Amino acid sequence: MNTNLLGVLVTLALSVGLAIPLGRYLAKVYQGERVWTDFLNPLERLIYRLGGVNPGEEMGWQRFIRALLTINMLWFIFAFLLLFLQGVLPLNPDGNSSMTADLAFNTAISFVVNCNLQHYSGESGLTYLTQTGVIMFLQFVSAATGMAALAGVYKAMQEKQSNTIGNFYLYFIQSITRVLLPLSIVLAIVLVAAGTPMTFDGKINLTTLQGVQQSISQGPAAAMIAIKQLGTNGGGFLGVNSAHPLENPSFLSNILQTVSILLIPMAMVFALGYYLRRQRLAWVIFGVMSIGFLSFVVGTIRAETAGNPAITAMGIDQRLGSMEGKEIRLGAEASALWGIATTATSNGSVNAMHDSMTPFSGFLQMLDMMINALYGGVGVGLLNYYIFIIIAVFISGLMVGRTPELLGKKVEIREMKIATLITLLHPFLILVGTALSSYLVVNHPDMAWAVKPGNWLNNPGNHGFSEMLYEYTSASANNGSGFEGLGDNNFFWNFSSGIVLLLGRFLPIIGPVAIAGLLAQKQYIPESSGTLRVDTPTFGLMTFAVIFILAALSFIPALALGPLAEYFSMY
Amino acid sequence: MKQDILPAIRLTLVSLILVSVLYPLLIWGFAQFISPAQGKAQLVYHNGKAVGAALVGQNFSKDHYFWGRPSAVDYNAAGSAGSNKGPSNPDYLALVQSRIDSFLVHNPQVPQKDIPAELVTASGSGLDPDLSPAAAKIQVARISLSRNIPADKLYQLIEEHTQKPLLGMFGPPKVNVLHLNIALDQLK
Repeated sequence: MNTNLLGVLVTLALSVGLAIPLGRYLAKVYQGERVWTDFLNPLERLIYRLGGVNPGEEMGWQRFIRALLTINMLWFIFAFLLLFLQGVLPLNPDGNSSMTADLAFNTAISFVVNCNLQHYSGESGLTYLTQTGVIMFLQFVSAATGMAALAGVYKAMQEKQSNTIGNFYLYFIQSITRVLLPLSIVLAIVLVAAGTPMTFDGKINLTTLQGVQQSISQGPAAAMIAIKQLGTNGGGFLGVNSAHPLENPSFLSNILQTVSILLIPMAMVFALGYYLRRQRLAWVIFGVMSIGFLSFVVGTIRAETAGNPAITAMGIDQRLGSMEGKEIRLGAEASALWGIATTATSNGSVNAMHDSMTPFSGFLQMLDMMINALYGGVGVGLLNYYIFIIIAVFISGLMVGRTPELLGKKVEIREMKIATLITLLHPFLILVGTALSSYLVVNHPDMAWAVKPGNWLNNPGNHGFSEMLYEYTSASANNGSGFEGLGDNNFFWNFSSGIVLLLGRFLPIIGPVAIAGLLAQKQYIPESSGTLRVDTPTFGLMTFAVIFILAALSFIPALALGPLAEYFSMY
Repeated sequence: MKQDILPAIRLTLVSLILVSVLYPLLIWGFAQFISPAQGKAQLVYHNGKAVGAALVGQNFSKDHYFWGRPSAVDYNAAGSAGSNKGPSNPDYLALVQSRIDSFLVHNPQVPQKDIPAELVTASGSGLDPDLSPAAAKIQVARISLSRNIPADKLYQLIEEHTQKPLLGMFGPPKVNVLHLNIALDQLK
């Protein structure tokens, strides 16, 4: 078997192998059981004291959400101000300028919602102050926000009957001190050893062997790359993210980064099983997610290794696969795997240019984000899946003529209304956004924005449409990767994708937390022979069907105009 | 909302210190000891002068050097980017065709079917420092002619500079173009 495929297999094996013990650990942390990191207790007590919060306070779901939203709003204001003023602030050795208001708006929202729609390029668009103080800061806290929300849902699902779902601040701080920070330290140290820069010096200038001037951007990158992967934010330090040889220097660093992308999202599924003492349920969920994930991985590896048929037609040797936008040290297989891992987990970092991948890969990447629950982002992925479970429970209940129940709680009108709204939100944001931008490209190509609509698209025809569809899909899924040919640094894209990001983040957090909180308040009905069991393969299949029917029905028409049409025009 | 504002401000400040000051300083401290160049991009020296970064590709266009891959940004290491050209874009396909034609002009010994696609397609970063061994070997005839060095010696040089897959099992083999070209300059 070839070494590139072996690289893919070892990456997947490592991810699952590490996610299981991490899941057990996560469950213990959120349940407040004793774990080996308890030596951090004094540090955490200090944080709670300085922060002025009482970690023992039990919060109802409304209070929990209020605390979450308030601190997130504050981060947005803080981030916006720093980005807008960075040019005159310190730690700017390369003399980069401040962001325009619309770009600062988009960037601040993007990172607050744990996304990385970077309408700038890291080398010239940020300073070392904003890289560490805004971007990296938000990579930690936005990931911890998602994890805290899910921890609240764990707690709500476990309760027999309760008006509270735990303490937001407690879950939030523990997610940082017990999970994100220790793992980031380990990964960052390995990256530094592999050659990723961690310096506060500015660019290096030198003359190359052939006698040309070359400026080489560097910076405090290693610390950020670790958390960008582990927290599924994905925002790179340098423009091309982990395709950059300084961000991702070797095949080893690529394996470790790919594992880091998948690690916590997978572990959160296992944590659910340990938390609820329902391992079967966790394995059914993991199984459904993995079947979807692996079939996407196989599809995209086949497409990328087969190469671009238009280049095959030129009669040259395409043995390494489709190499436009890819790096030699990583190869087509590892880039294909990354493309699916990053879109499955709402990560958004890239190690190859998605815009240049073959149409079938683009199709799978978009579908991955449209589902947004095949593992999904840290915390939020499982929240999205939770909504699909609610809908599957409801439909199954109707099919067998019983009141729908989830883990001993009746699912009624209010919960279903919320679940339906959240499910419809994603296609609404993506399709309306794409329709609006397509309208502008066709009918108002000369609007006076920084980049005119007529110049937005880097590619003609169906692929150009895919660039817009991908951008809104990525924004609504809080993913952050892009078909980066799109000319997106202008008022229209900064503003419209900013709004999509905001709605696509907080409603899908509020919805599941509210449902879980409402269910927790209801009376517990003990399991009987008439109970619909959710930890069986049958129910897993049901959820799988719900996911694919919802995604397929909502999005296939749009996908048919973009990647599918391109596919059929080329093959 | 009001009861949450104050804790939000205070917690934000505390976590800022933790993750944006202490954490990067810790990693920076480690970098001073375990990174190849104290946390900076590692440089490569030739005749006592820095001629490039070990991990960052640079442009080679002269016939007597091994060429790296095409770059969408002409190896601008202060503005990395890929071409972001879609696979069906006619302008892009014309560009690839013109690279093939130009390669054949400079390497008349090579049959078209043997040109590795990576030599006519742009890398993701625009800074790919590596070549596949095949893409290096295909250039031997040209360099041998231009430098008057026997081909065997060049094949041997490529062999010496080929980095095997990780642990011999994972990932592709590769050749660092800058290191290879420096070694080429040192031959004789």
